[in-house]
Amino acid sequence: MSKGEPLRLHVPEPTGRPGCATDFSYLRLSPAGAVRRPEVDVAPMDTRDLAYSLVSVLDGEGNAVGPWVPQIDIEVVRKGLRAMMKTRIFDSRMLMAQRQKKMSFYMQSLGEEAIGTAQALALNVDDMCFPTYRQQSILVVRDYPMVDMICQLMSNERDPLKGRQLPVMYSVKKAGFFSISGNLATQYIQAVGWGMASAIKGDTKIASAWIGDGATAEADFDTALTFAHVYRAPVILNVVNNQWAISTFQAIAGGEDTTFAARGVGCGIASLRVDGNDFLAVYAASQWAADRARRNLGPCLIEWVTYRAGPHSTSDDPSKYRPGDDWSHFPLGDPIVRLKQYLIKAGAWSEQEHEETQKRLEAEVLAAQKEAEQYGTMASGHTFSPAEMFDGIYKDMPEHLRVQRQQLGI
Amino acid sequence: MAENTVKTSMTMIQALRSAMDVMMEKDDNVVVFGQDVGYFGGVFRCTEGLQKKYGKSRVFDTPISEGGIVGVAIGMGAYGLRPCIEIQFADYIYPAYDQIVSEAARLRYRSAGDFTAPITIRTPCGGGIYGGQTHSQSPEAVFAHVCGLRTVMPSNPYDAKGLLIASIENDDPVIFLEPKRLYNGPFDGHHDKPVVPWSQNPLGEVPEGYYTVPLDKAAIFRPGKQLTVLAYGTMVWVCEAAARETGIDAEIIDLRSLWPLDLETIVESVKKTGRCVVVHEATRTCGFGAELLSLVQEHCFYHLEAPIERVTGWDTPYPHAQEWAYFPGPARVGAAFKRTVEA
Repeated sequence: MSKGEPLRLHVPEPTGRPGCATDFSYLRLSPAGAVRRPEVDVAPMDTRDLAYSLVSVLDGEGNAVGPWVPQIDIEVVRKGLRAMMKTRIFDSRMLMAQRQKKMSFYMQSLGEEAIGTAQALALNVDDMCFPTYRQQSILVVRDYPMVDMICQLMSNERDPLKGRQLPVMYSVKKAGFFSISGNLATQYIQAVGWGMASAIKGDTKIASAWIGDGATAEADFDTALTFAHVYRAPVILNVVNNQWAISTFQAIAGGEDTTFAARGVGCGIASLRVDGNDFLAVYAASQWAADRARRNLGPCLIEWVTYRAGPHSTSDDPSKYRPGDDWSHFPLGDPIVRLKQYLIKAGAWSEQEHEETQKRLEAEVLAAQKEAEQYGTMASGHTFSPAEMFDGIYKDMPEHLRVQRQQLGI
Repeated sequence: MAENTVKTSMTMIQALRSAMDVMMEKDDNVVVFGQDVGYFGGVFRCTEGLQKKYGKSRVFDTPISEGGIVGVAIGMGAYGLRPCIEIQFADYIYPAYDQIVSEAARLRYRSAGDFTAPITIRTPCGGGIYGGQTHSQSPEAVFAHVCGLRTVMPSNPYDAKGLLIASIENDDPVIFLEPKRLYNGPFDGHHDKPVVPWSQNPLGEVPEGYYTVPLDKAAIFRPGKQLTVLAYGTMVWVCEAAARETGIDAEIIDLRSLWPLDLETIVESVKKTGRCVVVHEATRTCGFGAELLSLVQEHCFYHLEAPIERVTGWDTPYPHAQEWAYFPGPARVGAAFKRTVEA
């Protein structure tokens, strides 16, 4: 044995830092329409190539091409575009409200609107989603009232969660939107359990699990894949790879020289890697995975390749760790711009309709905000009574909590 | 009910199995799973025969993943099932800590009742079996500190079945700790004497059908006048031996439900006796005994005639060779009784 060189610790770095451009060649892209669409009963091992390529439908000119072009009613696509626009308007409006101190905190989903929207449209409303804090588009497209969302954000007297939760941690059972937890990845394995329960009861409902690229490093991610595979749980395991976990580039999460979709194949789960900014691809892949799950063929993991265009949260300043103009260079563009181009080309949308819709949705969001503010804001101090603090910890209030509530003088 | 009048001699293992059997029969939403609990029937036999009787979709083996076992149970609870799951040893519950503390315990609260986690987590705990560091721990304080959880520990087959049925039926998440030293018979700490099986103890007489032992209710295990002893699990039996051997008329309270607990029974007893000793196997510092001491001090200060003592495991990891120097046996407990009575 020859004497080796000193070992060196490898610490991945993004190519782009403030002041220099990101080299997006690491993304492993495929041309629109180039990736095959297997039968829905494909063996997980036979999806290896799909886990290392990229399913996309919309080409640069707004044409829908290739085997993944979905069978979708044009009205559904229009609904999808409106929901994406509404999500973005809602986000920007709530960002402003946070800056005006009407709420303590907010998280946008700028650039990621297509993923939640299109998957929710491909599912039934009684299929339960286990979202992270960045899938508000699911609530929007499922027509959950914006007023209720804003009341939660403002922790006011009409907050469905009674002021107990940080803004954006919604819980809406009737919209198939599981209670959001601050603890990352926990909901991923819970989604698998929900799907297993549906299978135990001989139901036809499926679960939709959500996680970000950074949170895949949590143990619950691997656990969820193992259980989903072992019990062939009817669940769609979504990994939203937006390249960033707060300031941490996806390579530090384990994305360097591999894909998150590949993790699924390694665990015996059929896996796809899909253009997350291509509404039609998201819809088609979600429908494929839902069909697979509903037919007892097992789970599917989908890595959605997208880009976190906005700051991580209202407490974050991305200019401290990545180029300011990064999103404009991201090769997969803007999901709203791309779908708009497609719809116009298909003769089902126009610049004028876009503009009118934009204005109408802005007015809708503004009206919802005004209505919600009638029930109070953080600034106005109109929140639930502190007596509520002791309620709902257990089904029935135990004696010690009754005593503590009295000690608070209420 | 007539079905309850038929009593059978059961070990704690059989009583726990009977509780799961009764509940699976009664409620289609009850499912049982964990490591080795399916085909094999559990490493302690607690689920023996259940898979054969109820099928693999209701009783099944899981991967070795505590976080996974608890996590899927929470998801199933959100769907509407009522999982009764097993963590093979309490010493191995820690990988599931995030799911228990951040999720199961908080789900009802954070969702304002939109979702709940009606799950029971069974796990064998306690020492006295030469289990060494990772087969002997008593982590109850770790759970009693978490708001939203119920922590329960039986000390005999009758309570084990009744409390487990009550736990499975309860809509809050329950940490159900089973002292494995008591699985086959009561144990009073005299490790040099032969073990007496449950068949020779009246608390081994267990109704075959459905019954419950209410949560949040302590039991006066041994009535007495000279001092109050707060104990649970194996220590109840050790305390009884200590009372017998010292001749001190101790009132031994078996807490059964650690948190939320039956404060009324505790306070009533201490006000009567004026003296209190707290006994547990778990390590001392920040152990559950500290909370018991605080509660007694807060509620019974003017009735106390002696400092409250606690006899616990030492603040060390649970050793192997030094088992009986670690385990708070009747000699150590009895000495504390004497000090307290003479103080």
